[in-house]
Amino acid sequence: MVEDRTFGNRMFTAINYLLLTVIALVTILPFVHIVAGSFTTNAELAAKRFVLIPTQWSFDAYTFIFSTNTIMRAMAVSVGVTLFGTLFSMLLTSLMAYGLARRDLDGRRFLNLFVVITMLFHGGLIPTFIVVKNLGLINSYASLVLPAAISAFNMIILRSFFQNIPDGLEESARIDGCSDFGTLFRIVLPLSMPALATISLFYAVTYWNTYSNAIFYLSDSDKWPIQVLLRQIVVLASGFESDASLDSTVPPPDQAVKMAVIVVSTLPILIVYPFLQKHFAKGALVGSIKG
Amino acid sequence: MDQVVEMPEMKPMPRRDRALAKRIWRNKWLYIMISPGVLYFLIFKYFPMFGLIIAFEDYKPYPGKGITGSEWVGLKHFHRLFTEPDFLNILGNTLTLFALNLVFFFPIPILLSLMLNEVRLSVFKRTFQTLVYLPHFMSWVIIVSISFVMLTMDGGIINSLLEYFGFNKINFLLSPDWFRPVYILQVIWREAGWGTIIYLAAIASIDPQLYEAARMDGAGRLRQMWHVTLPSIRSVIVVLLILKIGDVLELGFEHVYLLLNSMNRDVAEIIDTYVYTAGLRQGQFSYSAAIGLFKSVIGLVLVLFANRLAKRMGEEGIY
Repeated sequence: MVEDRTFGNRMFTAINYLLLTVIALVTILPFVHIVAGSFTTNAELAAKRFVLIPTQWSFDAYTFIFSTNTIMRAMAVSVGVTLFGTLFSMLLTSLMAYGLARRDLDGRRFLNLFVVITMLFHGGLIPTFIVVKNLGLINSYASLVLPAAISAFNMIILRSFFQNIPDGLEESARIDGCSDFGTLFRIVLPLSMPALATISLFYAVTYWNTYSNAIFYLSDSDKWPIQVLLRQIVVLASGFESDASLDSTVPPPDQAVKMAVIVVSTLPILIVYPFLQKHFAKGALVGSIKG
Repeated sequence: MDQVVEMPEMKPMPRRDRALAKRIWRNKWLYIMISPGVLYFLIFKYFPMFGLIIAFEDYKPYPGKGITGSEWVGLKHFHRLFTEPDFLNILGNTLTLFALNLVFFFPIPILLSLMLNEVRLSVFKRTFQTLVYLPHFMSWVIIVSISFVMLTMDGGIINSLLEYFGFNKINFLLSPDWFRPVYILQVIWREAGWGTIIYLAAIASIDPQLYEAARMDGAGRLRQMWHVTLPSIRSVIVVLLILKIGDVLELGFEHVYLLLNSMNRDVAEIIDTYVYTAGLRQGQFSYSAAIGLFKSVIGLVLVLFANRLAKRMGEEGIY
C-alpha cells in the first residue's frame, strides 16, 4: 500500500508504534522480572528492587524447590493429568466431531442443538458436584479429567474443520471398502493435523492450568496439581508444611522461592507456546471459528 | 433429520420409517463414535441441569434422600435469597465487576486491533502479537501469583518503587479499595491481547478498495479508521457484545476466588465464590444451587434479550 507522506500521517504512525511498544513491554516485563528474580539472591532483590538481569546469579531457590518432594509430586500430578487428559479429550472430541460432521447422519441437527444448549445454560457448581460425587470420583484424578473431557467449543471448531474436507475423499475411501472408523483414522485425521495440533494444545493448556476442579473435588493435599500448590505457596505463603522432610518452623518462602515456583509451573506453557503461536499466525483457527 | 423431511410426502409412513431405520443401521458405527461424547454431555451437562431441582428441595446427601428423596420446599430458598441483605451485596458486587469489564475491558481489544491494523511492518506486528497473546495461556493462579509477588507490602517491586519515590506503601492485596482496580487490570493484562484475534480476522477481510476510495476522497489515517475499519467490523463487535452480556454473571470463579480474602470480602464476594463457600464449604447445597439457578437463568435471559435487540438494530445476532 502506498503511504501518504503527510506530516499528520507520519506523526500518527510514530505515535502508534510507540504506544504499541509500550503496551508490549508492560505486558511482558512482569514475566521477565519473575524469571530474573528467581535466579537472584534475596539480598540483590531487596537492594535493587527491579531486577531484569541478575548480576549475582543464584540457584538457591531452585535447589530448594527440587529438594522438597511436595513440588515434585504436584508437578508429576499435573504432567500426568495433562498427558492423559489431552489424549482422552482428543479421542472423545474427534470421534464426536467426525460423527456430527457427516451430513448423512440422521438426527444431526438435534445433536448439534444438544451440544449448543450446554453452552447457553448449565446446572452450575453444586449439581455438577453432586454428579461427580455420586459417580464416586471425589478425591480421584479422574475428577480432574472426566468433568472437563469435552469442550463444546473445541468440538464445534473441529467439526467445522472436518466439514471442510472435500466429501469426495471420504466417498472414495468408503467405495474402496473403508469403514467409518477407517475413514476417520486413515483419511480424515491425517488431513486435519494442524487443527488437531491446535485443539490438543488448547486442551493441554486447560489441563495444565486446572485449578477450580482440583479445589472442588480433591480434598487430599497429596493429590494436588501444581496450580493449587502454587497458590498455597505464593498467596497463602504455606504449602510446605505437609512436607515431613522439612522442619515445621521454617519461615514462609521468600520472594526468590515464590518466583522460582511460578517459573517452574509456567515452564511447560512457555515450551508449547511457540507451537501454538505458529497456528494463530496462519489464522487457520479463526477461520474455522467463523465457519 | 433434514433428509427425512426432504423425502416425498406422498409415500406412506411405514416405508419412510423403514428407510430411516435402514439409514440409521447403515450409520451404526457413526452413532457408536458419537456415543461417548453424547454420554459425556448427558452426564456432566444435562444431569446437573436436572439436578437443579434440589434448589426447590432441602437436599440431604444421604442414602435414601438424595435428589429424588429429599423434602420438597418450593421457593423457600429463593425467598431467603431475596430477603438476605448479604445476597444483595453480592449481586451488587457481581454487577459492578461486570460493568467494569464492559467499560474498561471491552473496548481495549477493539482499540488495539485498530492500532495494530495501522502497522505496516509485519515483523513488528508478529512480535507484538506473540508477546501480548502470551498471558492468555497462563492460568489465573499464575497471573494472580505474579501480581501478588509484585504488589506485596514486603519486598514487592511496586511498593518498593513507591517507597523509593517517596510515596506511602499501598496494601493493594488486602485493601477493599484496591480490589476492583487490581481485578480489572489483571483482566486487561491477561485477555486484551488475545481479544484482538477475532477483530483482526474481521479487519483482514475488509475490501482494500474501500480504503483506496477513502484516500481518493482525501481521508487521512484516522478518518479511514473511523469511516472504513470501524463500520466494517461493527457486526463482529455487536456479536461479541451480545456474548459478553450473556456472560454478565460469568466473571470467572477462579480469578475472583484467588483475589478474595477476609479483608476485601465486602467488595470481592461475587455469586460464584459465594456459591462455592456456602455450598461446598458449608454444605448448604440447596440454597447455593438456588443461587446458581438464579444466575444461569439471568444469563440466559440476558443473552436472548441482547440478541433480540441486536436483530432489531439490523444486525445479524448470534443465532
